[in-house]
Amino acid sequence: MSPDLLKLIFGRLGIDSLPLHEPILVGTFVMVALGGGALFAGLTYFRLWGYLWREWFTTVDHKRIGIMYMILGIVMLLRGFVDALMMRAQQALAFGGSEGFLPAHHYDQVFTAHGVIMIFFVAMPLVTGLMNYVVPLQIGARDVSFPFLNNFSFWMTVGGAVLVMASLFIGEFARTGWLAYPPLSNIGYSPDVGVDYYIWALQVAGVGTTLSGINLICTIVKLRCPGMTMMKMPVFTWTALCTNILIVASFPVLTVVLALLSLDRYVGTNFFTNDFGGSPMMYVNLIWIWGHPEVYILVLPAFGIFSEVTSTFSGKRLFGYTSMVYATVVITILSYLVWLHHFFTMGSGASVNSFFGITTMIISIPTGAKMFNWLFTMYRGRIRFELPMLWTIAFMLTFVLGGMTGVLLAVPPADFVLHNSLFLIAHFHNVIIGGVVFGAFAGINYWFPKAFGFKLDPFWGKLSFWFWVTGFYMAFMPLYVLGLMGVTRRLRVFDDPSLQIWFVIAAIGAGLVFLGILSMLMQFAVSFLKREQLKDVTGDPWDARTLEWATSSPPPDYNFAFTPVVHDNDAWWDMKKRGYQRPLMGFKPIHMPSSTGTGIILAGFATAMGFGLIWYIWWLAAASFIAMLVVGIGHTFNYHRDFDIPADDVIRTEDARTKLLAGAK
Amino acid sequence: MNTDTHAAHADDHHHDDGHAQSTFSGYMLGFVLSVVLTAIPFWLVMSGTLPSRQITALVIMAFAVVQIVVHMIYFLHMSPKSENGWSMMALIFTIVMVVIALSGSLWVMNHLNSNMMPIHEMTGMK
Repeated sequence: MSPDLLKLIFGRLGIDSLPLHEPILVGTFVMVALGGGALFAGLTYFRLWGYLWREWFTTVDHKRIGIMYMILGIVMLLRGFVDALMMRAQQALAFGGSEGFLPAHHYDQVFTAHGVIMIFFVAMPLVTGLMNYVVPLQIGARDVSFPFLNNFSFWMTVGGAVLVMASLFIGEFARTGWLAYPPLSNIGYSPDVGVDYYIWALQVAGVGTTLSGINLICTIVKLRCPGMTMMKMPVFTWTALCTNILIVASFPVLTVVLALLSLDRYVGTNFFTNDFGGSPMMYVNLIWIWGHPEVYILVLPAFGIFSEVTSTFSGKRLFGYTSMVYATVVITILSYLVWLHHFFTMGSGASVNSFFGITTMIISIPTGAKMFNWLFTMYRGRIRFELPMLWTIAFMLTFVLGGMTGVLLAVPPADFVLHNSLFLIAHFHNVIIGGVVFGAFAGINYWFPKAFGFKLDPFWGKLSFWFWVTGFYMAFMPLYVLGLMGVTRRLRVFDDPSLQIWFVIAAIGAGLVFLGILSMLMQFAVSFLKREQLKDVTGDPWDARTLEWATSSPPPDYNFAFTPVVHDNDAWWDMKKRGYQRPLMGFKPIHMPSSTGTGIILAGFATAMGFGLIWYIWWLAAASFIAMLVVGIGHTFNYHRDFDIPADDVIRTEDARTKLLAGAK
Repeated sequence: MNTDTHAAHADDHHHDDGHAQSTFSGYMLGFVLSVVLTAIPFWLVMSGTLPSRQITALVIMAFAVVQIVVHMIYFLHMSPKSENGWSMMALIFTIVMVVIALSGSLWVMNHLNSNMMPIHEMTGMK
């Protein structure tokens, strides 16, 4: 075939785009192909594809979508963590003339992919998954406001993840760092597909994130059960509301910045170039207007989880509910006023730097108020040291440390010394692992029995906990030391042999965290095998306080046979105290949304369009775009969107529960 | 999602008559206003009535702001009462965010421009 025709069909994709010369990647590909092949064969052999398609891929049930988000987050955590291990090993080895084992070209992709994956495809899905699962239950609703949109949002997030994963074996990923600053990320310095993978993965996933933000805001505002005023909402729902407001307000900024960068790369505009009036500094400014709220998007729901866990496992009403709510709202607003602290050194004057330094320090006040609220909740409580509570206590100790180094970095003169050093790396891992990751794990251990009807195994859970916590401290405390000594981030080789010991300690710490992750996977497996022993039939295994524990575990498709009525902040606790009786008769048919495959199909086309744009396969991009329009418009003619669960089915489900509850007593 | 909430929502709609503009005359008024507000800036630019280009630009921006308000009232049916005040809250929040992002960016970029851009280029660009 002529080169022109090949170019028309495959764009710039060719046989040399496959990284056949990199043994690490070839090895990984073989492993992934074998694992994926085995999974595919297994699913086919046990005839599970139909089940997966009908019950999971096309579902609009917020609970199942929530679980799928969590699975996505955990799978991507494994990928992101392998990147982390490679970096730690490289930095521990590359001393005394050794080049380590990663060539520069590959190492730069590894640290970029690590950051992008951990933020967008681990932390975000874990947080969104927990919100999706828990919020409708906590407010006594039957689903989110827009169930189909929810399914679509999930699959768009998966589409972004698929593009990032594809870059591992087809072409390469960006070598720019996780925010892809120009001019490095512009076409002149990054002519290959790496940055395009970055752009389109985030754009596809970003659509999903924004839509799910709108969906959850609407759910919380509109679908609360009778009696649940704003100031009677559980704190997790409050933090979910604020997080989703942040998402809706900030993700469009990311979308626009990346769109402008794409214009620079694809059609030769000069928004962020060095010449013709372009300003790369504008990119840095804009992307941090999104980037700083993003970290609060991640951590606010974690604060909500810790609030629920602390009050449940201390057996007390949360201390200072009102102040907790106001602290959350104040953080929401303030998070928009601090973005410049990410680039104090770029050259603003003293007035700008001191303004943003001070606003940054002010954020620690509401956060500190929250910390005291949790401590006072524990004070004189009967604390049960179950797994969620262990993670919460580890969070409180770790996050305070990370917060303090954050305030230190907020002082502009100190930042001039520490900017882009390993001190900064240690700081943000300290708050993101100590806050978001520990929060997600507390949430997983706390709500797992609600989602599956059995608790997680405490032995492997505690093992995972101790490996994670000790591993975290061992991995990141040395980075604080190195950062104070002036070591900058993203370095591949080192000259000064006296630094090596610290990198070796950090690598051992990362190894401990790896054991923590393995223990967690083991915990899931063991709990599944021991599910009869760990079974919970009451629906309320922790003697908890909020509405999600009022229904069975796992909850029926319709969540609540009758919409509950709320009289107190701790609605379920209040119901238990008043001797609440489950209604046993008078069930009516329940109106529910139907499953649809449109979400996954649309997201599939969006992903194909992204792939086409990345490789300049214009026909593929155009065809996928048209297909998306056709499917999207076609879906508006689908009038089979809802059905009624017959009263008989409701009666059968509720009677089964009545029997289980009687058996439990 | 269930029949109870549906009933409650239906009730809401009856109370929700805070936006009387969702009538034919409301839409017409909005349409005429937007056309006028679009035509005047065009006329200002094409005829060059105002003394300087900067003043013209500022006046056009002012018209644009009024245009946004017209769209919000007549096409998006926003009023302090609609959706139990949630629309108003969302609007105020949006305005706060936009003002922070715009004024902050202008302030920051102005500093960066005067501190960091090479002087010869800047004089060349003016």
